[in-house]
Amino acid sequence: MRTIFFLLRKEFRQIFRHRVLLMLIFVMPIIQLIILANAADYEVRNILLHVIDHDLSPTSYRLVNHFQGSPHFILTSTSFNPQRGIDAINADKADLVLEIPAQFERRLLRENSAQLHLNINAINGVKAGLAQGYANNIIRNFNQDIRAEWLGLAAPPQPGRIAITYSNWFNPEMAYSAFMVPGILVMLVTLVGMFLSGINIVKEKEIGTIEQINVTPIRKSQFIIGKLLPFWIIGLVELAIGLGVGKLIFDIPMVGNLGLVFLFAAIYMLVVLGIGLLVSTITETQQQAMFISWFFLIVFILMSGLFTPIESMPLWAQRITWFNPIAYFVEVNRLILLKGSSFMDIRPHLGAMVAFAFTINGLAVWNYRKRS
Amino acid sequence: MDVITADKLTKRFGDFVAVDQISFSVKQGEIFGFLGANGAGKTTAMRMLTGLSRPTSGQAQVAGFDIYRDVEKIKRRIGYMSQKFSLYEDLTVSENIEFYGGVYGIKARDLRLKTSQLLSELGLQEVARTLVGSLPLGWKQKLAFSVAIMHDPALVFLDEPTGGVDPITRRQFWEMIYQAADRGVTIFVTTHYMDEAEYCDRISMMANGRIAALGTPQELREQFQAPDMNAIFLKIARGSQTA
Amino acid sequence: MRQLRIVILKEFYHILRDSRTLLILFGLPLVQILLFGFAITNEIKGAKMAVVDASGDDISREMVQRLTASDYFIYQGRAGSREEVLHLFREGKIKMALFIPPNLQRDFYHGEATEIQLLADATDPNTATTLVNYATAIINDYQLEKLDAQDAPFQIKTELTMRYNPLLKSVYLFVPGVMTVILMLVSAMMTSIALTREKELGTMEVLLVSPLQPPFIIIGKVIPYFILGMVNATLIVTLGVLVFGMPVQGSWLLLGAETILFILTSLALGILISTRTDSQQVAMMMSLMALMLPTIILSGFIFPIESMPRPLQLLSNIIPAKWFIIILRNIMLKGVGFDFVWRETLILFGMFSFFTLLSIRNFKTRLA
Repeated sequence: MRTIFFLLRKEFRQIFRHRVLLMLIFVMPIIQLIILANAADYEVRNILLHVIDHDLSPTSYRLVNHFQGSPHFILTSTSFNPQRGIDAINADKADLVLEIPAQFERRLLRENSAQLHLNINAINGVKAGLAQGYANNIIRNFNQDIRAEWLGLAAPPQPGRIAITYSNWFNPEMAYSAFMVPGILVMLVTLVGMFLSGINIVKEKEIGTIEQINVTPIRKSQFIIGKLLPFWIIGLVELAIGLGVGKLIFDIPMVGNLGLVFLFAAIYMLVVLGIGLLVSTITETQQQAMFISWFFLIVFILMSGLFTPIESMPLWAQRITWFNPIAYFVEVNRLILLKGSSFMDIRPHLGAMVAFAFTINGLAVWNYRKRS
Repeated sequence: MDVITADKLTKRFGDFVAVDQISFSVKQGEIFGFLGANGAGKTTAMRMLTGLSRPTSGQAQVAGFDIYRDVEKIKRRIGYMSQKFSLYEDLTVSENIEFYGGVYGIKARDLRLKTSQLLSELGLQEVARTLVGSLPLGWKQKLAFSVAIMHDPALVFLDEPTGGVDPITRRQFWEMIYQAADRGVTIFVTTHYMDEAEYCDRISMMANGRIAALGTPQELREQFQAPDMNAIFLKIARGSQTA
Repeated sequence: MRQLRIVILKEFYHILRDSRTLLILFGLPLVQILLFGFAITNEIKGAKMAVVDASGDDISREMVQRLTASDYFIYQGRAGSREEVLHLFREGKIKMALFIPPNLQRDFYHGEATEIQLLADATDPNTATTLVNYATAIINDYQLEKLDAQDAPFQIKTELTMRYNPLLKSVYLFVPGVMTVILMLVSAMMTSIALTREKELGTMEVLLVSPLQPPFIIIGKVIPYFILGMVNATLIVTLGVLVFGMPVQGSWLLLGAETILFILTSLALGILISTRTDSQQVAMMMSLMALMLPTIILSGFIFPIESMPRPLQLLSNIIPAKWFIIILRNIMLKGVGFDFVWRETLILFGMFSFFTLLSIRNFKTRLA
């Protein structure tokens, strides 16, 4: 135990002496959290609208008004030439072009039906889908309004209609940051744990002090614990700070038990540090360790459900995410913080994480032994 | 009493025999020079004796313990100072001393005493709170040696301790080695400065993984009929090439 | 010229010897493109849904069937109560729940008002909104069909054109972004590290006292990374076109020229970083924090810039990647010509000149 104490004291002294490292551990993540949580917003507002109204009738005018009244659309320009509409899309001055043909009102009255044309910039498919949805809703409501008005009292008895209501649970204000912050926290804790632990061990190899350590009575297990424990602690402290920032700046909800978050994080950090250890056993220089960690982190993060939904992935890709520890913690963090999930709810996740911890660390230690 | 006894110690890497059945012994309090050209196998031999590397075959005992079974016990009784600089450059002088002292299990009270004693012996009180990285190389090496023998080991391994150091500091360094030897610490030192070999009580010269010569400097000069170590070294080196 | 060739060759040897780094340099773009093309999508589909059906009649069953027949919803099972639904949400098993009141069929045909409720897991607001939109549209269509309301009076129909990406593939959105990030990695990060390594090891001094002219040393060291960048860009575009059917509507020539401009800008950034530091570690961290993260986060690669708060939108203007991504999307997807990208091109060229001048100034003061 005394040996581990001396190792820990040495590590902490080295970390706290290194100003760049301290910045990386405590300042950068907070800045990243603030910027990312603000930047990572898929909410589609402000769909830029270009209107081509060939009809110029009271009805077409009312329809355009409906669009302008919607919180989702901003009318930026109008013209009478379809080519101008396409130009507006090309210049990113319009996301959606609404074209109302000549005789729109007349046809609607005389022929009982008329057609509109929507031209949507679909480069961002999600945005295009939402724009279409919003536009269709406006048009449907408008259609019902005028139908009711024009039929007036002459309306035939309306068939029964099923009304649809909806409510948004767990995040009624629809704050995107509430969704992103728990996920970003996982990413930051992972970055610190995986990069720093791996690089820290490789550094001793690179400058040769590991030889000295190996001839002292320090056991390999003590050395590994001495190396990893500081980052385990730092990771959890980091999480605490991040949660604090999330609460203070973004006012994210914390419905569930914070102790449960930390319990999960404690096991998760073991997995992350195990990966760092594994990377250190297969690399010789800090630069290599850095590149390899970067490579795996990118893949893990992209496949974690942090930025894009996992359930939209093809089945085989979803299976792969079963082996991605980041994906588990991102989900669990959101479950606990936003939905107040209990220990019983996240038991399967916890079980998987314990299994990861054993496998990864077993592999890392085995590899570490073999190479020395 | 013998502090090291090696019997047909061998290390193979695949087909390559790095150390080929070397046998020798080192007495307590002796300064034992371990010489050889680069690649002659001296580092590998030293790594086996310090427990960094497991022998392929052969027997050896260090400080009375078997190098297969009792590596951990050996580690408590030896000191080691490597060719690469072995202190942490981003820790201060006293923090380095505390760390290594603590690792060897020196009690807290003794450690404080030892630290101040060591600092005053080296004349480093002024820079106790300075980062080791900013010290001149000569000071670092002296400090590293003091740290390596701080826990009173029976035996200390020095791997090219004076590489890149100026002649005056090298002299001072050897004075420290003599002082330690006078206190009964056995010194096992590798070097490629042939003049330093003369300072040793006994030397062995390795070539191609074997011990080509073993004895006191005087004995070797007679045996090889050469005026100094350099000439002996060249003879052995040439001999190993023709062989 | 011969001397320049020697420097270039030497740098190539460095690159080709380090197999681990080389693997990352070519493996990363490959893996990223394949992931974005095959696995990752920001579309929303396959959401698991639970149903609390108090009616259990034909209408309710058909309605659920309609929902789950679409790509958007997967039937997770029936639930008995609100509590049970809450529980399913908390276990992360469902994204949406559908509550159907009793006597749906009777009320429907008798023209009585009735109401079904959608409960969405709004932890991800985007998913929630989209799922509610989809479900509403599907249920409304179903009703219209059931009521045979096709010939209701005064029908407004909409005809839809999805321009540039009719199948709404998200890979079209991501390929330009991946290309930008990779070029940044190869050109800026690798260059800055390679140059500082030479300084850290002291070999830069040796080169500087040799008869080589300093500009030639820099150019010679940088050219291999330029070539690597071009190879990577070609690899990414080829993969995009061949594997994912990504169109290149515009001029290939313009695409090539703009790519060269962006690589040069990144190289200039890499050189600039290397003039500011002597340590690889610092160069790496600076590249990572000051180049890679902003390039990923603030360039519009993954997150739309127009959704960001104002300060971040302003900040995004100083990020070269933002302009390059706009150029790439315009040329590849929209097929527009130089008259639509000249502004972005000018900005990139301005940045390139600025970074180059600054590097030259820094380099000179160091030598003086």
